[in-house]
Amino acid sequence: MSLPFEKPIEDLEAKIRDMRAYAAEQEIDLASEVEALQDRLDRLKRDTYENLTRWQRVQVARAAGRPTGLDYLQRTFDDFTELHGDRTLGDDPAVVTGLARLAGTSVIVIAQQKGRDTKENIHRNFGMSHPSGYRKAMRMFDLADKFRLPVIALIDTPGAYPGLAAEEQGQAWVIAESIRRMSQLTVPAISVVIGEGGSGGALAIGVANRVLILENAIYSVISPESCAAILWRDAGEAEKAAEALRLTARDLIALEVVDRVVDEPLGGAHNDPAGAMALVKQALVEELAFLASMSPEQLLESRYKRFRVLGRFQAVAAA
Amino acid sequence: MALERWFRRNRPSKKEDDNSPAGLWLKCDSCGAQIYRKDLVANSYVCPECSHHHRVPADARVAMLADEGTFEVWSGLIEAQDALEFVDTQAYPERLTKARQKVGRPDAILTGGALLDGQPVALVVMDFSFLGGSMGSVVGEEIASATERAAAEGRTLIAVTSSGGARMQEGALSLMQMAKTTVALEALSRAHLPYISVLTDPTTGGVTASFATLGDVIFAEPGALISFAGPRVIQQTIRQDLPAGFQRSEFLLQKGMVDDVVDRRELRARIADVINLLRSGLAQPEEEEALRVAAL
Repeated sequence: MSLPFEKPIEDLEAKIRDMRAYAAEQEIDLASEVEALQDRLDRLKRDTYENLTRWQRVQVARAAGRPTGLDYLQRTFDDFTELHGDRTLGDDPAVVTGLARLAGTSVIVIAQQKGRDTKENIHRNFGMSHPSGYRKAMRMFDLADKFRLPVIALIDTPGAYPGLAAEEQGQAWVIAESIRRMSQLTVPAISVVIGEGGSGGALAIGVANRVLILENAIYSVISPESCAAILWRDAGEAEKAAEALRLTARDLIALEVVDRVVDEPLGGAHNDPAGAMALVKQALVEELAFLASMSPEQLLESRYKRFRVLGRFQAVAAA
Repeated sequence: MALERWFRRNRPSKKEDDNSPAGLWLKCDSCGAQIYRKDLVANSYVCPECSHHHRVPADARVAMLADEGTFEVWSGLIEAQDALEFVDTQAYPERLTKARQKVGRPDAILTGGALLDGQPVALVVMDFSFLGGSMGSVVGEEIASATERAAAEGRTLIAVTSSGGARMQEGALSLMQMAKTTVALEALSRAHLPYISVLTDPTTGGVTASFATLGDVIFAEPGALISFAGPRVIQQTIRQDLPAGFQRSEFLLQKGMVDDVVDRRELRARIADVINLLRSGLAQPEEEEALRVAAL
């Protein structure tokens, strides 16, 4: 289960466990030794997690055991009522949508859902939506506007599904429509990249007033693997591509693509899901309180401005 | 991801040399016929033998659509920054410099105001010969500002797309151009001004998944590849052969994704008809109200 760079941490944890067991067995006092090791462990964790390379963060963002959309729906929100189906093509399991309460406020939640095990991953298509999933999201935007429910979108997808049926049903068309529809919401919208923000498939539910990202989540125009396959002509160069793409939370704050980084517990969300979800909840409550005071016109205008200014360019030097 | 097509096939190749302005004769990609270059150009870059639609340089595209002498260039005053300090097998600034020298404009886009059959329009033409027509910050900004200017000046927006998608070298900033170009369209909507999108070969990835497919009317040129994911990516995903004509204009017409497939030689007339029809509807309610008030 552990990630390659977590091996030294795991080894040290095992050592501490062994020492405790040994102390209990032999009825001897090794408290000070255990404490010293514990200190070493904390330092090691901090050093490791503060200095992760971009490629290591990609691995953390995709790690098994990291809380998924449904985990948040069950633990961060109350009274979740799932609403199924797009009313046209079907019900896409890669996107879970419905009504819920966040600390007492009724909201619409749209969550991209990866599986928590192989079986669920197959059922959820590894979090890769078909057009139906985006149509379902757009139906939720309509409900949100009609009943004045704030929208919370949890982003976690490798990307929209690149398949035959998806193309036939207009994958590009629904992503474009979803971007447009979300930008027109008259209620507060908050998007949180909780794991993997994969390209247009993520942006389709990312046109929010506030875009948050977890400390070890990533958000990118293309996966490091695909980027490497194109530019280096070798998917094995994904590590280089990950560095070049500047896809970590820290990078994205600097580029003003995201508004706020939500810290994860030391060791990452996959090692402390409950702790991570509590931190996300706190951030969402604060953001929602801030947006709740804005009028529909202000929400529309500020969302428009937020996305209209993004990009880096300069005046052409006079010839 | 669809950029792979450009990087794979359109590296300076012999084929491209044959198609360079200097070549007097060239060979049709589709039927193999030897065509006199002047004949091809005179025929809107459509093969006189087999009607294959060859790619059109951005300036030639403008000349085909704008009434003579009416085009006023808006784009070209801004250029890309290397915000990510992106280096793959080449540094991004190097790629940019080469592309600028080759194409003679700052980035992969040409925009401007014009008349089309006497109607005021804003033309947004993507330039595939510049880094595969990829959309980074400059392309996004030029499209968004041309769209807003069209809205402010009461012009119909016409976008002619050809692009491999978002520009990887600008990372998430490129991704955000999908949102930027899309939110700008709202101004046009509010002004009840038409947006006509013309999809040409190839239009893929982040461009297809944003402003390109949001036209009030969407035309596609014959045989154009129009997709979200590139054919190779899909083939790798599903591990089976793709049906003939998959992701081509005619296929998309059948699937209900475009309004019509239009021969390039008829494109200008078809656009003019659509503009005339869309802009001669009943008065908008506010205008009616204004008229009533004025009559009192």
